[in-house]
Amino acid sequence: MSAFGAPGERSESGQLARYAVSPARRRKDRLARGGILACTVIALIPLALIVYYLLRKGLGAWSTSFFTTDPTGNTFFGGSSIGGIKSAILGTVEIVALASAIAVPTGVGVAVWLVEYGRISWFAQTVRFFVDVLTGVPSIVFGLFVYIVLVVGTGSSYAGYKGSIALALLMLPVVIRSAEVILLLVPAALRESALALGAPRWRVIFNIVLPTALPGMVTGVLLAVARAAGETAPLLFTAAYTQKTNFNLGGFMNSLPVQIYKDVTSPTTAVVNRAWGAALALVTMILLLNLIARLIARRSRLA
Amino acid sequence: MTPDGPTSEVTDVDPESRSELDRQRQDSSEPSPELAPPRITSSAIASTPAGSRADTEAKPGLSVKLEQLRAFYGDAEQVKGIDLEFRANEVTAIIGPSGCGKSTMVRCINRMHEEIPGARAEGRVLLDELDVYDPSVDVVAVRRAVGMVFQKPNPFPTMSIFDNVAAGPRLSSRRGGDLRAMVEAALRSAGLWDEVAERLDEPGAGLSGGQQQRLCIARSLAVDPEVILMDEPCSALDPIATLKIEELIDQLKTRVTIVIVTHNMQQAARVADRTAFMLGGELVEVGPTQEIFTKPNDSRTEEYVTGKFG
Repeated sequence: MSAFGAPGERSESGQLARYAVSPARRRKDRLARGGILACTVIALIPLALIVYYLLRKGLGAWSTSFFTTDPTGNTFFGGSSIGGIKSAILGTVEIVALASAIAVPTGVGVAVWLVEYGRISWFAQTVRFFVDVLTGVPSIVFGLFVYIVLVVGTGSSYAGYKGSIALALLMLPVVIRSAEVILLLVPAALRESALALGAPRWRVIFNIVLPTALPGMVTGVLLAVARAAGETAPLLFTAAYTQKTNFNLGGFMNSLPVQIYKDVTSPTTAVVNRAWGAALALVTMILLLNLIARLIARRSRLA
Repeated sequence: MTPDGPTSEVTDVDPESRSELDRQRQDSSEPSPELAPPRITSSAIASTPAGSRADTEAKPGLSVKLEQLRAFYGDAEQVKGIDLEFRANEVTAIIGPSGCGKSTMVRCINRMHEEIPGARAEGRVLLDELDVYDPSVDVVAVRRAVGMVFQKPNPFPTMSIFDNVAAGPRLSSRRGGDLRAMVEAALRSAGLWDEVAERLDEPGAGLSGGQQQRLCIARSLAVDPEVILMDEPCSALDPIATLKIEELIDQLKTRVTIVIVTHNMQQAARVADRTAFMLGGELVEVGPTQEIFTKPNDSRTEEYVTGKFG
């Protein structure tokens, strides 16, 4: 509300009366504000329900042994013998770590090339176009692609690293685009003043541009990692499923999303509950990643 | 052109030896006599050149000669064939209305013009007889010899005051001599040392606008250039900060050649030995500042300096 629309005797004085907000405008304002608030509430309802059910059903499944034991094949008798999700958590961490190790350096490299070298050349524009297309490709297509090329194509079996490659392909466009946006935010004046000091371009990139962009890029990268960590489809026929904890990325590997997928379809209540527990664990992991990303973004010098 | 200078006592300053540097910086509260002359005078500036130089003589800057310089943005010709000489150890001001190609022309001298996508330059820019556009010339070496100060103060945001000044020697892999002494000498030359000596580790972006601009001048001095280009260096500063920069320009011309683009004609009159007037991408007139402002040869110059247009 403007300073002129102040209540009380001031607005009644003739001088200020013409600045007063008319009742009709006040009604419209309330209506518009109410509408926007309603939209927000509607969007929050499913979110709140998801969190509520996750906590109610998931927490019930959590126990120490839930995190320290592998799932067993015994799903028909009793609760405790079905095992936990240790292999799924470790599998997800391993697969996503390898996927990040592939996608993050590659993606940041592509973004640096696009911003610092390719700029507006036709090739750079073509790369941007295809990166945008890749961003919209459904995740199962990446899984299918890796399945066709690395599983069927080589005549070999499923393996954790093949799942990592599928996830890396999924992450790549997200990393490239977010890193590019951040790099574009680095003021051109900084590059110019560094170049004008007689610094070679690669030094300007490593010593000025990347450090300035780092906090923002970490945010984008962690969001891409969080997205990849929750994907089931690319892993189903690349890393496949196993009950045992496996530190060999060349073998079958369990993961949280696939574990959830398998458990939910079980007829046994205890196993379905394990899916809830695993889902809560997955959401917690992603939430932690997001929190870290936000903490780093808060320190960003460009935001 | 000797971009490397006499670096006789080369001691490599690696990141590993930073702790040593930090320790030395801690001791800076107790200044050694040869590093800390009590007052900054023009003779002190001449006698404390950027670390690597051992001589105490004021080193002459280089003359810059433009021959039929043309600059383009895509197909648009922004600078239309200029012949102009910037004499060594003089301050030359470039005046003219907005969009007349002043900045573009100046950015051709250290080949920054070509950093803009689609931009190119033709003609010759002779840096003491060497054409900077010669295919054999390393653009990085040109930029070391020809420093630049921009319109908006732009210290590197991720770096401390010390690191900002040290950035030039570090980034151009020209580590040699005592980095701390080089930084101090550059800050003294920029008239900033007394204000920042106690807080070299603080971020450069935390200084005031005028201090930031002097930090940027110190940063460009640290690579020991022969020529400094200033593109409206005071347009973002208040009158007091402007005055400090102008005094600084006057002191610096003992060691470098200075080209300053300015919209402020009083500033040109105050600092410049010679003034060039540009219009529509062409050089209208160049001469001693006094003459340009009092009895110009060209009627357009007279109209501009008396405020009839522009």
